[in-house]
Amino acid sequence: MSNGPSKLEMHFDTLKEISNIGTGHAVTALSQLLKRNFRMNVPTVNFVEFKDVANFVGGPETLVLGVLVNISGDLDGIVMFLVKQESARNLISILLGTSGGSSDDGSPNFSELELSTLTEVGNILVSSYLGSLASMMNKKIIPSVPQIAADMANAILSVPAIEFGKVADKALFIESVFGADEEQVSGYFIFVPDMPSFERLFSF
Amino acid sequence: MSGNMIIVGMADLNVCKSPGALTTLGLGSCIGIAFHDNINKVAGLAHIMLPDSKQIQNNSNVAKFADTAIVKLLQDMGKIGAQRQNVKAKLAGGAQMFAFNSTSPSMRIGDRNIEACISILKMLRIPILANETGDNYGRTVELYADTGKFVIKTIGHGTYTV
Repeated sequence: MSNGPSKLEMHFDTLKEISNIGTGHAVTALSQLLKRNFRMNVPTVNFVEFKDVANFVGGPETLVLGVLVNISGDLDGIVMFLVKQESARNLISILLGTSGGSSDDGSPNFSELELSTLTEVGNILVSSYLGSLASMMNKKIIPSVPQIAADMANAILSVPAIEFGKVADKALFIESVFGADEEQVSGYFIFVPDMPSFERLFSF
Repeated sequence: MSGNMIIVGMADLNVCKSPGALTTLGLGSCIGIAFHDNINKVAGLAHIMLPDSKQIQNNSNVAKFADTAIVKLLQDMGKIGAQRQNVKAKLAGGAQMFAFNSTSPSMRIGDRNIEACISILKMLRIPILANETGDNYGRTVELYADTGKFVIKTIGHGTYTV
């Protein structure tokens, strides 16, 4: 069995494709829950270096919301759903009809209900993404209760970055743009398997 | 932010002399270790991610770990004129960004980073002048080589200097 780069690239491509389908299922799930039509662009899936991830979401100090789910079972690691403040507001507007998250000094100002709603959206998206991954790869994946945080992109990303820093310096980064009517939501998934899971993923 | 501000990335470190300054953006569970020699006006800043290089296989980047970054930072500061006995430390970061009620070690990484930094600095007899670690919010820090001023900026938790 050779471990040349071509094999690794092939595995990356497979994981990309699975992520593509998984993200599609995630947005469909959201659309069914809300009984609204969401338009969705084809997601872009990339392996990016951790130091560049923050730039994809607007810079290291940009205020973002992250919903973090720990996974266990056949695969261990972290899956995170990230949205920028603007997209979080649009999501809230679609779901609750309120306009949260605005304050004069740029600090996160979401109500308990708004944060809880965003957590649940993140949970649905992450769970259906994981469901696709699990069924296509024939792996059992158990997601944890989701947790949300709103802060600087680098600070939020430090959590999966540290987890991944033990393995390598790249993460699977999926950008998915969806929306209803005028309100666009750009969401990002970050999938970070731990070291043994990474090896298991690439040995199927 | 002044023109000669050097940006220190994640798992990175750098040093400078007065009138220079160093910054690192959005510390979460990572720690910003700021060293300053107030006599020779030399500053050093590291953005570490993990407590201990010896526990990790993939450990070629010395700036990623508290133990190796501290040693490298002292060496690099020495090269531009700092003297070991003048160096004093300030710390920021080590937050727990997500409120997981869990004993999982990877979720407690902020605390473990803080503990590692403090114990290494104690061992090296480097005084800690300020310890702005813990809690649950991100921090951007700036360190000025001239004064040793350590400015901490947050979203929603103010800006302050220690």
